[in-house]
Amino acid sequence: MKAPRLTDTTLRDGSHPMRHQFTREQVASIVQALDRAGVPVIEVSHGDGLAGSSLQYGFSHTSEFDLIETARSHAERAKIAALMLPGIGTRQELKEAVARGIQVVRIATQCTEADVSEQHFGLAKELGLETVGFLMMAHMRPPEALAEQAKLMESYGADCVYIVDSAGAMLPRDAAARVRALKEAISVQVGFHAHNNLGLGIGNTLAALEAGADQIDGCLRGLGAGAGNAATELLAAVLDRLGLNPGLDVFGLMDAAEYIVAPIMPFQPFPDRDAITIGYAGVYSTFLLHAKRAGAQYGVDPREILVELGRRQAVAGQEDWIIDVALDLSRRHSAGERKESRA
Amino acid sequence: MQADKIKVAILGSGNIGADLMYKLLRQPGPMELALVAGIDPASEGLARARQLGIATSANGIEAILADPDIRIVFDATSAKAHVRHAKLLRESGRIAIDLTPAARGPYVVPPVNLGDHLRAANVNLITCGGQATIPLVYAVSRVTPVRYAEMVSTVASRSAGPGTRQNIDEFTFTTARGLEAIGGAREAKAIIILNPANPPILMRNTIYVIPEGDFDVAAVQESVAQMVADVQHYVPGYRLKNLPVIERRATPWGERPVVIMLLEVEGAGDFLPPYAGNLDIMTAAARRVGELFAAHLLANVEVTA
Repeated sequence: MKAPRLTDTTLRDGSHPMRHQFTREQVASIVQALDRAGVPVIEVSHGDGLAGSSLQYGFSHTSEFDLIETARSHAERAKIAALMLPGIGTRQELKEAVARGIQVVRIATQCTEADVSEQHFGLAKELGLETVGFLMMAHMRPPEALAEQAKLMESYGADCVYIVDSAGAMLPRDAAARVRALKEAISVQVGFHAHNNLGLGIGNTLAALEAGADQIDGCLRGLGAGAGNAATELLAAVLDRLGLNPGLDVFGLMDAAEYIVAPIMPFQPFPDRDAITIGYAGVYSTFLLHAKRAGAQYGVDPREILVELGRRQAVAGQEDWIIDVALDLSRRHSAGERKESRA
Repeated sequence: MQADKIKVAILGSGNIGADLMYKLLRQPGPMELALVAGIDPASEGLARARQLGIATSANGIEAILADPDIRIVFDATSAKAHVRHAKLLRESGRIAIDLTPAARGPYVVPPVNLGDHLRAANVNLITCGGQATIPLVYAVSRVTPVRYAEMVSTVASRSAGPGTRQNIDEFTFTTARGLEAIGGAREAKAIIILNPANPPILMRNTIYVIPEGDFDVAAVQESVAQMVADVQHYVPGYRLKNLPVIERRATPWGERPVVIMLLEVEGAGDFLPPYAGNLDIMTAAARRVGELFAAHLLANVEVTA
C-alpha cells in the first residue's frame, strides 16, 4: 500500500445535509483549515454538481461560483475542485467554474453511462484542468462492466477514475474487487469514494487502498449525503497509524471537524434506520432527506419509499421518483384500508 | 398524384426515420409518403421501405430535390446534415420539418403554437423532452403567469442513441429555451437522466412549475387535463400518473406553492419498442405537424383555385 491522495468533499457532498445553504464565511473557514492541515484537493459545488441548484435537488443559498471564488482565495496550497454531472451541468457552467478558480473537475455519470461525458472531458482538457471520472452507483454493476466504462473515461482524457459507492451499499470485498478491476484495465489513477450507510465508510476505503486505490475521498465529521462519507479526520488518523500518512495534520483535521464543521451541521449524519435502508436497498444516498420529506407529506414510511426505489432500480439524480413512489404507496395503503374496513 | 393528398418524403433511414415511416403509413391523413431517402443502401430502414413498396434512394437529399411533387420533407438525419439540407430545401421551395437539434426554423409544439407557423418554410421539433413537457408548462401559463419551470426527463438508456449522448448539453439548453419561449415560463431549467434498468423503463418526465402569484388550483388542473387530452390525440401513450399535486417548497422567491406533474410517455410501438416514448413523441409530433401543414396547403390550393 502507498500513501493515497485525499480529496475533501465536505463543501460538495456535505452540501446535501446542509440543504445547499453553505455561506461564503463557512466556506472560507473550512477551506483555510483544510489547506493548513495539508489536504491537497478541496471540492466545492452544489451537492449535485455544477448547476444542481433546482427544485429537483434543492436551491443553493449562495451561488456555487461565489463559493468557488471564496475557496480559491483562501487556499494557499490546495487545489479547488468542482463536481459536474452531464445532464444537469453543462460546459457553460464548467467554463464559469474555471473562470472562478477551479483547477480540477470531477465528471460524474451513472456507472453504465460514461459515454455522456466525452464532450465535458474534452473541454476540461482544453482548459488545462486535472480531470477525474466518477462512476456513480458502482455497486449496481460487476467489476468487469465498470472496467469497460472506466476505459471510456480514460479515452476521453480522465487522469483518474473513481469507483463511487453512492449508495454506501458495498461490502469491503465489493470495493476491493471493483478497484482491482480498474487498476488492471486502465493506466491512469484509480480512486474510491465511500458512503457510510452500512457503517463501512472507513472499512471500504481501506479495502480499496489494499486493492491499489491511488486516491480517496473524505468529509470532515463525515458531513455528506445519507449516513455521510468516510470522515476526513478519521482517515487521517487511520492512515497515520498505518504508516501511510500523505502529509496530513491529524490533530489539525480533528480540530477542524470538532470546532468548525460540527457547530454548523444541522444534524450528525449517522447510519440510523433510514440511512441503513439506503445502503441495504442500494439507492442514492441523497434520497435520504427527500424521502423523509415526501414520507411526512404523503403519510408514508420513508423506509418503504427507499426500498421501493431500490426495487425500481432508480439511479443517481432521480429524486423526482420519490414523489411518484410516495403517491403510489399512499394510494396502495388507502386502498388496503378501504378493503379492511369493508371486511 | 391524388388531388387530395400532399406528397411527403422522409430524409434519414435510421430508427427515427423508420418509426415515422410506419406512422405515416398507418395514419397518412392528407399526406402520401412518396419517398424514403437515406445514405446507407444497406440500412434496415431502407430495406423495410422497399418491402412496403415505397420508393427509396440511398443518395440522400438528391432524390427529393429531383421530385418537384414532394412538398414536405421530414428530416431525421443529424443537426449537422440538416444545416445543409435546410438551405437546399428552402431554395427548392419545400417545407422542412426538422427532427434534429439544428433549429434553423421556429420551434413548434403542435397543440401550443403550430398555428402560428403554418407559413414557415422550416420548423423545428425542439427535443423529445420539450415535446413532452412544454405542453404542460403552457397549460399552466395560459391560466396564470409562470415565474419558473423545471423539467426532469428520465429515459431508458437503450433509447438514447449516440446523437443524444454526445450532445447532452444541447438537450438541456434547447429544452430549457423551449420551456421559456413556448411554454411561457419566465425562467426554466431542464435535466436529463439515463436509466439503465432492465426491463427498460417507460419515458418519465417530472414537471415543476412555480406560478408568479396566487392561482386557482382547479383552473390549473382543468387546463392541464385539457392539454393532456389534446396531446393524446397524436400521442396515445401520453398520460399523467396523478392529478397535478401542489407542494410548498423553499425557492429563491421565498416559500412558494409548486405545481408538480408526473408524466409518463409510452410509445405506440410502431417500429421502436414501447418504452422508447421519448422517440415516439418526436415521430408522432412530426406526423401531426406534417398533417397540419398538408391540410393547410390543400386548403390554400382550394382558395386560389
